[in-house]
Amino acid sequence: MQFGQLLEARAGGLYSPAADAWIDSRRPVERALITHAHGDHLGYSHKQAWCSASCAPLAAKRLGAKVQLHGIPYGEAFRMGEAWISFHPAGHILGSAQIRIEVDGQVAVVSGDYKRGRDGVSQPFEVVPCDVFVSETTFGLPCYVWPDPRKEGERLRAWWRSNQEQGACSVLLAYALGKAQRVLPLLEGVEGPILMHASADPFVQLYRDQGVQLPPTERATAERIKQGVAGAMVIAPPSVQNTPWLRKLRPCRLAMASGWMQVRGVRRRMGYDDGFILSDHVDWPELLQTVKDSGCSELWCTHGFAGPVARYFREQGLKAQVLAADETRLEME
Amino acid sequence: MNGFVTLCMKLDATRSTHLKLDALKDYFRSAEDGDAAWALYYLMGNKPRRLVSTTLLREWVADAQELPLWLVEETYEHVGDLAECLAALWPQGDTAMDPMSLKQVVETELLPLAKCNEQEKRERLSSIWSRFNREERFLFNKLITGGFRMGVGRSLSARALAELAELEAPVMEQRLMGAFSPDAASYRRLFAEETEQDSLARPYPFFLAKALDKEPQELGPVEEWQAEWKWDGIRAQLLWRGGQFHLWSRGEEQIGERFPELETYSMGLPDGTVLDGELLAWDGEAPMSFQELSRRVNRQKPGKKILRDIPVLFMVYDLLEAGGEDLRALPLRERRQRLLPILGRLGGDRFRISETLQAQSWEQLAELRSHSREQRVEGLMLKRLDSPYGSGRRGDSWWKWKVDPFRVDAVLLYAQAGHGRRAGLYTDYTFGLWKEGELLPFAKAYSGLSDEELKEVDRFIRKHTVERFGPVRQVEPHLVVELAFEGLQASKRHKSGVAVRFPRIIRIRHDKSPAEADHIEELLNRVT
Ligand SMILES: [Zn+2]
Ligand SMILES: [Zn+2]
Repeated sequence: MQFGQLLEARAGGLYSPAADAWIDSRRPVERALITHAHGDHLGYSHKQAWCSASCAPLAAKRLGAKVQLHGIPYGEAFRMGEAWISFHPAGHILGSAQIRIEVDGQVAVVSGDYKRGRDGVSQPFEVVPCDVFVSETTFGLPCYVWPDPRKEGERLRAWWRSNQEQGACSVLLAYALGKAQRVLPLLEGVEGPILMHASADPFVQLYRDQGVQLPPTERATAERIKQGVAGAMVIAPPSVQNTPWLRKLRPCRLAMASGWMQVRGVRRRMGYDDGFILSDHVDWPELLQTVKDSGCSELWCTHGFAGPVARYFREQGLKAQVLAADETRLEME
Repeated sequence: MNGFVTLCMKLDATRSTHLKLDALKDYFRSAEDGDAAWALYYLMGNKPRRLVSTTLLREWVADAQELPLWLVEETYEHVGDLAECLAALWPQGDTAMDPMSLKQVVETELLPLAKCNEQEKRERLSSIWSRFNREERFLFNKLITGGFRMGVGRSLSARALAELAELEAPVMEQRLMGAFSPDAASYRRLFAEETEQDSLARPYPFFLAKALDKEPQELGPVEEWQAEWKWDGIRAQLLWRGGQFHLWSRGEEQIGERFPELETYSMGLPDGTVLDGELLAWDGEAPMSFQELSRRVNRQKPGKKILRDIPVLFMVYDLLEAGGEDLRALPLRERRQRLLPILGRLGGDRFRISETLQAQSWEQLAELRSHSREQRVEGLMLKRLDSPYGSGRRGDSWWKWKVDPFRVDAVLLYAQAGHGRRAGLYTDYTFGLWKEGELLPFAKAYSGLSDEELKEVDRFIRKHTVERFGPVRQVEPHLVVELAFEGLQASKRHKSGVAVRFPRIIRIRHDKSPAEADHIEELLNRVT
């Protein structure tokens, strides 16, 4: 799959011949363009990497000092080989970007992960017109239609309060970077300590360093847990489920914050007491809207339900294809 | 429907029986009788007559949302529940909860659909769907499509109601076993003192055996036990009271009409008799295959031909009531003594007592058990001679001591996505065996794999799909699994030439290639 010198789908991932750079490459490369600081987009041991200025501190924490990292302000185009490259907000997590590549007046946009709804924490998504659009399709089925996050926030606070009344600790499972921080503003208005698991805590500080307003939090250290966590809200990554660490928080109620919580079967299979439908990806209507807004003539689909989404748009008359990727349907978010 | 929606959301959100019970009690305590009656009807898993074909439902939703039908199917496959899928796909309005009660919704919106033509149905449903929010739509769709259980069922409902009515749970269970009609009066009767007329058609809760999970020697002296063959038919209770004949299957379904020959001969029973036994298709000497029996059971009003081709027999295990007196508290030994003369007086050859097997030791019983297949039975039943007739799968007095299952290595050929907990994963499999150089489908299996293995097989299926037929995927014949099953029979009705019962997966055989899978010809040699 290829779009002129702009973009090419290779066995190793997305590559721009004009810029001689790889995009969101998971294996080490000479020159990497990075949409955001999530592990599946970041890769490791690149020689040089470019990302948005706001993403850079987060990426640096994960990539280490060996990678030569360039943070570029949103909207500022720079020359790379034959191409002009710029980063534009994707609304997914702090610093997340769509990568715009321009060669001879033709434009490709790689969305990375994105959402249209505002979460009050990440820079809001911007529409970037283009000829070829590479879109994520993690939730690319019409059953995914996000409820208003403010309503989910109300439910979340009510859940916390009712657990407090029962003297239980509330454990909210959320990804360490992104989800764990964006849920924090939703917790404001309930009296009680918010404890961050050690994997999520450092990112809270990195968010604050960029001026993001978040309610006070503490780190959930062993000593802090010993002091008692009844009535507290603990934010931890999903990997703590069924671990001794989680048992120390008992009695506790467990809930997951994820777009997957919209489907009962998935929620039950994952074994959570409660679920809050809080996603950092586009839902079906947002996906349709974004493809339309981009004005693209060609669509490449990746992540999740790429097959159905590509077929749907082909039937709508768009040139749409699946970016070769294995079919990982219930990928975590 | 507000209270009912809240109840269902609560039931759905927890796996704890205790919390479910609390939620049920809260609901039944505060609900209007008319609403509670319908809630109970559905929670017990009752299905309304199908009011709209699910094919039409899908088409209407696809139309309204301007989605291609294949995408609706694709979404259904992922969601795993049609009611939920359609509720999610209907255009979302930000509507508040609808003020209609459950009774109103069922009686004024749902049931009248039966009298509507297709166009009217579509208009009515579209208007209801648009008025409801997503949760209400989901529940309403569940009411239409059936399969509504929310992990509750009859026995948990009975426990909740029994606690509210301050009755023993088995009493409530018994009250719910008959045909409960979903109206306020029937619901109130659940809480009332029982009249004699009510109880004529009502069976007793079945007492069920547990699978023997230890050495039989651990059960104590063999003389304290009664051993019988374990027949492979349909467990049933036969009631003869006040000149009425009733036959209840273990699934608590009235199936008397389907067995007119049993009704005829029941007239020879003394009034007020209840027998526990097994329905078998019987060729005069031995049971016919379970598939034959299924054909009989599925026929609501059997014709002459099928009555002649597939005669049935009621193999009697136990006497639960004699002369209108409940004998369940008596020891098995005594119940059996009272059973013998009753059956002795019966004419015809439609009733037979399940004979007890004589043995001096567990070793002798084990020897008898090893001949189970020749007898076309599944093994032995062990019942403690001094045991009362309990209810449910409780206690340590009834055991089934089955013969070891048949085992084969088979190849995965087709897969379909699962439902409920298995939504979105390919978990329903069809396996094949070799016959004359070709792999023929021979059994379907759903269970036996761990969650990890399910995911592994799911990945395999997605990677090795050759072709798709609607929701079914055909895969390359690569993956070999060991299957266990019961009741192997030669069958002309199956393409493979064999019929099996209860196939399940034992393990994945990564060490075997498809060429090493078993042959049907060889399997047929094992049929005795
Ligand atoms: Zn991401
Ligand atoms: Zn991603």
